[in-house]
Formats: sequence, C-alpha cells, structure tokens
Amino acid sequence: MNDTPLLQVKNLSTSFPTEQGVVHAVNGISFNLDIGNTLGIVGESGSGKSVTAYSILRILTDPGRITGGEIYFKGENILNYSEKEMYDFRGKKISIIFQDPMTSLNPVYTVGNQITEAILLHTDRNKKEANERALNLLELVGVNDPQKRLKQYPHELSGGMRQRVMIAIALACEPDILIADEPTTALDVTIQAQILELMQELQKKLGMAIIMITHDLGVIAEMCNEIIVMYAGRICERGTADEIFYNPCHSYTKGLLRSLPKFTKDREKLIPISGTPIDLLNMPKGCAFAPRCKDAMQICLSELPKEIPINDFHLASCWMNVKKVYDEVKEGRKNG
Amino acid sequence: MRKFSSDKVPRKKLLSLHIDVDRFLPATSEQKEQQVTMLPSTTFFKDGMRKLFKKPLAVFAIVVLSLMVLTIIIAPRIVPYGYSEIIKVEGKRDRGLKNLPPFTYSEMEQEAIDNGADIFPHIFGTDELGRDYFIRVVYGTRVSLTVGLFASIIVLVIGLLYGSIAGYFGGMVDLIMMRIVDIIYSLPDTLMVILLSVVLDKVIGESLHGTAFASIGTNMISLFVVFALLYWVGMARLVRGQILSIKNNEFVLAARAMGASNWRIIRKHILPNCMSVIIISTALQIPSAIFTESFLSFIGLGVQAPMPSLGSLANFARGGMQSYPYKLLIPAIAICLIVLSFNLLGDGLRDAFDPKLRR
Amino acid sequence: MLKYALKRILLAMVSVFVIMAIAFFSMNAIPGGPFAKEKAPEPAVQAVLEKRFNLDKPVMEQFFLYISNIFQGDFGISLKTGREISTTIFESFSISAKLGGYSILIALIMGLILGSTAALTRNKWPDQLIVFFTTLSVGMPSFVLGTLLLLVFSLILKVVPAWSIENQNYVLPIIALSLYPTAHITRLTKSSLLDVFGQDYIRTARAKGVPRIKVIVKHALRNALIPVITYIGPLTAYSLTGSMVIETIFTIGGLGTKFVTGITNQDYPMIMGTTIFLAILMVIMTLISDLLYRAVDPRISFD
Repeated sequence: MNDTPLLQVKNLSTSFPTEQGVVHAVNGISFNLDIGNTLGIVGESGSGKSVTAYSILRILTDPGRITGGEIYFKGENILNYSEKEMYDFRGKKISIIFQDPMTSLNPVYTVGNQITEAILLHTDRNKKEANERALNLLELVGVNDPQKRLKQYPHELSGGMRQRVMIAIALACEPDILIADEPTTALDVTIQAQILELMQELQKKLGMAIIMITHDLGVIAEMCNEIIVMYAGRICERGTADEIFYNPCHSYTKGLLRSLPKFTKDREKLIPISGTPIDLLNMPKGCAFAPRCKDAMQICLSELPKEIPINDFHLASCWMNVKKVYDEVKEGRKNG
Repeated sequence: MRKFSSDKVPRKKLLSLHIDVDRFLPATSEQKEQQVTMLPSTTFFKDGMRKLFKKPLAVFAIVVLSLMVLTIIIAPRIVPYGYSEIIKVEGKRDRGLKNLPPFTYSEMEQEAIDNGADIFPHIFGTDELGRDYFIRVVYGTRVSLTVGLFASIIVLVIGLLYGSIAGYFGGMVDLIMMRIVDIIYSLPDTLMVILLSVVLDKVIGESLHGTAFASIGTNMISLFVVFALLYWVGMARLVRGQILSIKNNEFVLAARAMGASNWRIIRKHILPNCMSVIIISTALQIPSAIFTESFLSFIGLGVQAPMPSLGSLANFARGGMQSYPYKLLIPAIAICLIVLSFNLLGDGLRDAFDPKLRR
Repeated sequence: MLKYALKRILLAMVSVFVIMAIAFFSMNAIPGGPFAKEKAPEPAVQAVLEKRFNLDKPVMEQFFLYISNIFQGDFGISLKTGREISTTIFESFSISAKLGGYSILIALIMGLILGSTAALTRNKWPDQLIVFFTTLSVGMPSFVLGTLLLLVFSLILKVVPAWSIENQNYVLPIIALSLYPTAHITRLTKSSLLDVFGQDYIRTARAKGVPRIKVIVKHALRNALIPVITYIGPLTAYSLTGSMVIETIFTIGGLGTKFVTGITNQDYPMIMGTTIFLAILMVIMTLISDLLYRAVDPRISFD
C-alpha cells in the first residue's frame, strides 16, 4: 500500500466568530482516508460533521474560518491553495452532495444547465460534448427518461430524483473523493435505500473514496469500513465498523448505540442520552460529553481525555479506558 | 483498513502518567451541571427590548421622538403665542414684525423691552404675516405626528379585524374578502387619495361646519377617511398571511380540541404570535402616513389654514426660499427627523423582535 | 401561466373599472356636481360641457357614455380653459414620461449596483456608507429634496440652469425623483441577495468549483432579482405621482403640473381625466411587472 493517504486531515480547527462569541465548531480533529475506502463520520447535529466537510472543500459560509491544522490531498496542503486554485479543486478532485436536495439545486436553471456547468468548468469538452456527458451521467445515476430531465427545472422532479441529479453533478468530473453530507436524511426510507445502493454501486464502478457523514448509524453500518464518532467538534472514538458497533469504548458511542432499536428477540428498552448537546460557545475544560455522561468522573470534568488505542484498529478518547487499565493493573497486583 | 499509527499514547505508558486515583471517583450531578453554562432565561419581550436598547440607532430614534413629543406638549404652555396669532406689541399692530430672523425683535418690540416689557423671544423668527414661527413649527409637528399616529391606528384596527376574519375562517369567506383586498390593493393609492381628498373636501365640508372637527379641517378628515378606505389592505394581507401560517400549528389544534371558542383562539393563541410583525409594520406605517400628509399639503390638499403642518410650512416657505432659507429648512429637517426616527425605530424593532431573523 | 395571466388581466380590468367608477361617482357627489354651472366661466363652454358630458341624460347613462368616450381617447374638456383634456394630456405627458422614465431607469440601475455592493461588502465600509445613504434618503420627502437641490444648485451656486422649455435640463429633477426609489431598490436588492447567499444552491455552486464572480452573477443575482421585478409596478406609480411635486417645484410644464393646477383651480373634469389616465398607466405597469415576475421564476410559471 502506498504510504501517503489520499486525504490526510491534521489537527483541523474551524470556528465561527459571532456577536455572542466564538463558536468552536471543530476542535483539532485528524483522520486519514485511503483510495477507494469509505469513511463514516457520525454524530448528532452540531457535532461538527458538516463543518468538517465544508472545511475540506473550503466552502465555509461567513463568518466561518479554518483556524488551525492542515489538510493534505495527495500530499499537498490545500489550505495553502489560493482561492483560484481551489476553483479547480472543488468538484474536480473532491465533490460533495448535500442533505436537502430540495434546496440544493438552483431553482431558476434547468437540470442540464447545472450538470454541464461543472463539466464545462473542469474539462475542455464543448457544450455538445458536455450535454452528452450529462446525459450519460443521468443514465448512470438511474434517472429515467434522461433526455427529458435535462430540460426540466428542479421543482419538477421528486426528492429522490433531485438527489440523483446532485450525485450526477458531483460525479461529473470523476472526483477522487465524494463527500456525502447526510445524503439521505431528507428522503423517504425506500428512496434512502435506493440512493445508498446507488452510491455503493458507483463506488465499485468508479473506484472513488467516500466520506459518509450522517447521524444515522444504520447507514454507517451498511456503507463504511472505518467510522469516526464526533462530539462537540472532537473525535471521541474511531475504528472499524465491527469494533465501533460491537466493542464501543467511549461513553458517548455506547449511549448512541443504546438509543438505537435492535431487532432481536429480547425486548431491550431504548435508552436515550439525557441532556442537551453542549453549547459550543462555552466549551467545558474537560471532556465535552462529561455533563451528559452517566459514568463521568472527577477527571473528566477537568482534563481532556487523550486518544488511546484499544487495539490495532480502534482508538478512543475516554477516561474510562484509562481507569480500566489502572483497575486491571491493580487487580493484577492483588492476584499476583 | 490500515493500522493506526503509533503516535497515540500506548496503553502501557498510561501508568506512568501519574494520575491520582481519586480523580477516578464519579462526578456528582451538581458538578456536571456546573459545566453547562446556561444562557440567562428571558421572556421574548424582555429579550427583544434588551436587543433594541443595544442598537445605538434605535436608541437615537427613541430619544429624538421623545424629545419631540416633550416639546410639542410643553412648548405651547411656555411660549405665549398662538399658532394663528398675529403678534401685536402692546396692543398695536407692528408691521416690522414680519419675516424676522431667529432670535431677533422688531423695532417696536425692542422699544417695549427697553421700556421694561417682557417679550418672549421669537426662537425661529416670524412668518410673513407676523406669526411666531417656532410655535407654528411646534403645532405643525403636532399635526404631522397626530396624522401619522391616527392613520396608523386606523389602518391597524381595520386591517387587523379584516385580516384575522379572512385568515381565520378561510374558505369562501377568505376568497371573497381577499378578492376585495386584491382590487383595492391594485388601485394606485396616492391618486385615489388625491381624488377622494378633492371630493370629500366639498362633500363633508358643509356638514362639518361648527363642529369640533372643523378646526382640524376637512382635508385632515378626508385624509383619515382615505386611510380607512384604502391603506388598510396591506395590513390585512399581512395579518391574514400570519394567521394562516400560525393557524395550522399544533397548539391551535390542541386549543380547539379542548373546546376553546373561535374568539378565544384568535385572542389567546393567534394574535400574540403575530404581534411582533404587526407592531413593526405599524411603526413603519407612521412615516408613510406623514409622507402622504406632507405630499397632500404640498399640492394644496393638506390641513386647513391657518392650522400648520410641517408639509404646508415647507410648501409656503418655498415662496421666499432665497431670502429666508431657514424657514424651509426648519420644517424640512423636522419631517426628515420624524420619518428617519420612525424608520430607524421600525428597523430596530424588526431586528429585535422578528423571530424569523433569529438564528 | 396562461391561466394566471388571464386572471391577472381580469383583475387589472376590474381595477380600471373601479377607478373610473370611483372617479365619476365621487365627482358627482360634490354638491352641484362637477360640472356645476357657476364653475364654467363662459356660456359657450357651458354649452359644450352639457353636450360633451351628456348632462341631460340619467347619471348611469352619463357614466357609461363617459367610459366609452375615454376608451375612444376622449377625456372631455377643461372647465378653466375649455381645451380638450386629451390634447393637454398627450402634450404634457411626453415631458412627464421623460422625467419619470429616466428616474425609473436610474433608480433601477443605481439601486441594483448599490444593493449588490452593499450585500457583497456586508458590514465593511462600502456597506455602511450605502446603509447611511439609504437611511437618509428614505427619510427625505421628495419635495424637500427637490426644493433644496433647486435652491443650492440653481439659485445659489447657479451651476445647473433652471428648467425651461428652451433649455430642458432634467438633471436636478431626476436626482430629486429617483433618490427615494434608488434607496428602496438598494435595500430590496441587498436583503434579497443576502437571503440568496444563504441558500443551499449557492453552496452547491461553490462546491462545484464555480468561480466567485460567476456564483454571484449567474446563481445569486438572477434569483435575487425576482423580488426587485415586483417593485417595478409601485415604482412607476411613485414616479408618476412624485413627478407632480417635482414638476411643480422645478416649474416643468408636464402632466404633473397640469394636475396640480387642476386641483388648485377645482377643474374637476381635468382632475378626473388625469387621474383615470395615470391610474390606467399604473395598473398596466403593475400588470406587466407581475407577469414578468412569473415569467422569470420557473417555479411559479409551471404551476
């Protein structure tokens, strides 16, 4: 395996200075993404998942600013790119699809216009060739009657169709990475499954890497080989899907999994996570999840937990794991 | 996937971190709560007022308007001249009293003062008939503010009633009521105001003679009538739209399920929820009414002479504007200040109270 | 779209009818009627009046005859001068149209430029300057501004000559007339653009790698223009009524001046005729701007 990852995010921090104070949306997160892999980012609303995605493409809305860290794409730090270089980067190297297909397409332009726009920007195809490409793309994403769709306006399509169009736009220039920012949240359950299937199929066909952002653990389980769990702009736990689902080592992940219905014989009670998400304006000194954590300890309130390996494919930042090591050692001493 | 790199703290090393075992004791729920800094809870109104008073421009507007209101209340009690009084000096007419510059006395007045008489200064001078200009401007401001306020209240009451009935009952009632609104809305309002003012002046002029209304003049009455006939449609549309959007909320359904009457639902549930929008648009209606009044005064359809309004004062001052530009400037600045203040206040209220602007 | 257009045209026709009815019957409500004998100066004019307004017929018949005359371009004659009102209107309207047309054009162009600038430089100095300018402008009645401009530039500094038939200098009148709508359109454009900038499709465009300038021009401006189009109707109405004041101040012999003179002279047929003429014009402009609005926004035209 080539040693430089396709995408390497190092210590990324993003914040939004507002009238009330600075909102720390993302606080020093790092992760890698390899060619053809699918990385899942889970967390509740406000945990900084989407902001992370926008930071990678540098499309934060005012007053959002990347305040620290590096983002390497194929070994190049894109934070050093000029805005002009970014134009050539966005949509060509990394593209993104958004949560709400209803509002993500420009209402006053036809579908065809919006797909060809990306093609004309990034390739030297002429208008006619771009149109042909757009037609192929619509076929690829499974839109029926593509010839007709090209000339239609977004409001004439259903939600699922629009999301397919969004995917077509994102794939127009065969990007290396596709970021899917809650691509199925606004869709019906049956349509959700279709869209996810389509994305997996396309990944196999085109070989791109996918970053899947969602609060839906079901989606993540189905799609991803590596999972990052985020809370309050920090990574609390990461690992393979199996590790995260069957061996959660952070209280927040455990809480998340407990709040998920299981279709097993024994009727387990669903346990919601109590409390409300943290106020990003006033971040606590210690672990951000501590005020809601039922296992919180003194140290959790005063000190940020460090990320420690559980095994070769699993990292977690929770003081509970440290305590466990201590307890084991103590136990060992007693017995030994 | 690739294995995680070894730059993380390995498990074994944890023991050398020198962590006090006491710190692994569970945290109490009080301690947890302390971590969460709650925003001070405020009511919608308090929060809005706090925001309003944080805006320097809105505060400026409130101060200017308060000063004006104070002036028009106090000044007539202090200044010993009437707005239509042609000033006499010791009972005699004084030709020298016409068109005096600010803070000056005529020769006759000067003589009287030298003889020990106490004559109140002409703060803004006098007009071409020998009337005190300051008191005329004060009364003019009073008329303009009154017009603005009353016109807005008329618009508010009619628009609110009409809009809430149409919006609340919906269906056929709404359809017919809103068609009427559409037609009135499509009429060019200023032209209609002119037309109706011309006519009403003649029609109701006779019948008003001798009543209390005579002093404010037929034009003023017709202005109010016109506002009552035409200008409420904007408010009615606004209220209806608000009600339609609120009506479908679950809390209204819940109230109805509990057997609340229509009137109670409108009063208790719907109106409080669209109050902020209504107040803001009323605040913005006042300057537009003042604009309309001054416009009508300008084309000769405003208040009845000798009653002044800021518009008519400015209009009359155009005649001698090269010789006495201040006579034009004073009422002009007064109008600008009033309109500006109301606009700023309206903007401030919108920023502070409109929930749609809140994030 | 067609259904909407028909509905809208029908509404416009009803409005015109209502306007005519209000004009006619309110004038008839004046004690003695609008054509009362003592107001006509000469017996000759009086005789023509009787014939032209069919005063010998019942009121309802008078009304319908008056309407049908108007549609044939016959607005009756002036009580004061005895001239054909239609002649007066068509003579003087060209001047008002020039003044109003230029003002509308300038207000639209300046408003769009200033509004976009303000939106793009939000909370920086150009925006603050523009906000200052618009706040002041919407607080200044046009007759105050017109008078001040005339006083300062024509009478004191003498840099711009006053308007006359031989020397038709429209600079000051146009400034006076277009300042308020400019400020209004500026505000409208700014708030509309800021609203559009927050929309998801702008983020989509940026994510596609569309350059900033193209995002603004292609994706934002077209959407932001939609509410501005609806303002064209009220803008016309403002310019036409505003020109009454501005023409009077600058002594421009346009339709506005004639109208104001008619009011002063209590020349009722003149007031009636001019009101109806201007009202029809405004209704038509509102109709056009409404239809244009639907045409530009595909979401509505296909409903």
